[in-house]
Amino acid sequence: MNATTTTRAEYCAIACADAWRDNGEVLASPMGLIPSIGARLAKRTFSPDLLLTDGEALIVGLDGSVEGWLPYRQHLAMVTGGRRHVMMGASQLDRFGNQNISCIGDWQRPDRQLLGVRGAPVNTLNNPVSYWVPKHSKRVFVARVDMISGVGYDSAAAAGPSATRFHRIPRVVSDLGVFDFATPDRTMRLACVHPGVSVAEVRAATGFPLAVPDEVPRTREPTATELRLIRTVIDPEGLREREVPAA
Amino acid sequence: MTPEDVVSRLRSGMTLGIGGWGSRRKPMALVRALLRSDITDLTVVSYGGPDVGLLAAAGRIRTLVAAFATLDSIPLEPHFRAARQRGAFELREIDEAMFMWGLQAAAHRLPFLPVRAGLGSDVMRVNPALRTVTSPYDDGETFVAMPALRMDAALVHLHRADRLGNGQYLGPDPYFDDLFCEAADSAYVSCERIVDDFASAVPQTLLVKRHSVTGVVEAPHGAHFTSCAPDYGRDEPFQKLYATTPWPDFAERFLSGDEKTYQSAVQSWHEEQQ
Repeated sequence: MNATTTTRAEYCAIACADAWRDNGEVLASPMGLIPSIGARLAKRTFSPDLLLTDGEALIVGLDGSVEGWLPYRQHLAMVTGGRRHVMMGASQLDRFGNQNISCIGDWQRPDRQLLGVRGAPVNTLNNPVSYWVPKHSKRVFVARVDMISGVGYDSAAAAGPSATRFHRIPRVVSDLGVFDFATPDRTMRLACVHPGVSVAEVRAATGFPLAVPDEVPRTREPTATELRLIRTVIDPEGLREREVPAA
Repeated sequence: MTPEDVVSRLRSGMTLGIGGWGSRRKPMALVRALLRSDITDLTVVSYGGPDVGLLAAAGRIRTLVAAFATLDSIPLEPHFRAARQRGAFELREIDEAMFMWGLQAAAHRLPFLPVRAGLGSDVMRVNPALRTVTSPYDDGETFVAMPALRMDAALVHLHRADRLGNGQYLGPDPYFDDLFCEAADSAYVSCERIVDDFASAVPQTLLVKRHSVTGVVEAPHGAHFTSCAPDYGRDEPFQKLYATTPWPDFAERFLSGDEKTYQSAVQSWHEEQQ
């Protein structure tokens, strides 16, 4: 790791952290390493009011001190009460933001059974859900997911007002860039690319037509403080570079 | 009771709830006793972990009601996966919150409870029997009518219990063990230790009440290899062995005898690793 140059993994962490900007006093639920770095960075800097858990049933401060109890049934109430922003993984994700973590292939008899839908249906209908994809590819960014676990914009609209009422997918972060659904038909749009990534590269790794603005901005640079926090406080062992190797 | 006594009250074809969550505080001693019996054709209701994996590998599940199966530190449950990929059982795949409201409905003797979760997802496609319900109030919203998950029997593992069936948890999360007991016609609690009373207990730790419990089994290390914090953590090396050993080999070495034989086989295995 070069001391002066921001790595791809660090841009990813910054892009994840920004998902929780201006979220207020909500539970940040990062799934995966880079989102965890992002959530802790956000709490240490611009979103100090975020709540974090220890991964089980305790709400903890940045130093690990306990500030609350959150067993699963209360966690679910936080979800349905909307006081949470989760960043989930995705085995498949389509252009409307439908996500699959259940199985690959025909659900009746899958080629590859994965986790199951878990809480993706309740999450997506009740609290903001962002996604993190560490390796952007056509295997993940697909035309159609095999089992809709997390609900996308088209599926929510088809299911009616009760489904759309609290449905929101603020952003998708991958190792190539950041995506949102700020288009008239709520299809996925390239919001920015990480420095060193071309738009053509993103398109080539995406299995559906991506909305791309004329001018695609680059992911913002971390501040000196943010970079120092990532490197010396939050992830001093550099585990992030293993999840997203240097390009 | 002994684990064998519990299993003697169970029958093939029953709907069986299993407490805990993932690879956390699962009633594994009771599941192992079940594996030693001929009971099969089960409908298993579980926040799935290795309980599901073991029963699936042994071919005892006809229908699984679950939102997931995981070993936590190993995200994908290998025997659950393999069984699904060979079409070994029918899956009723629902969301975690739908599952909880199904337990609540059963515990409260309601036919269903309304939940927002599920709408727009393929949970509705793969469970064509699920119905929706419209609010009778001004909002007029439509929800999934999650049917009660009523069970013939429930198995849970707690830290302490008394002989009457009052159960205490000492770990970070009660999971849904009290609801499992209340949602089942009969419920069996295994515990690390049977105590005479709860004189010094923090009242909130007394999770399961005796009116909802049919029998109590003292089963030290009865959640092994899942976590039973603070009494003991997950046996990660052994879980890894479970996840990476072909099923017949694992079953022969660890599951061919009674619970005592299992615990000593585990101990010998750990000694071999040193």
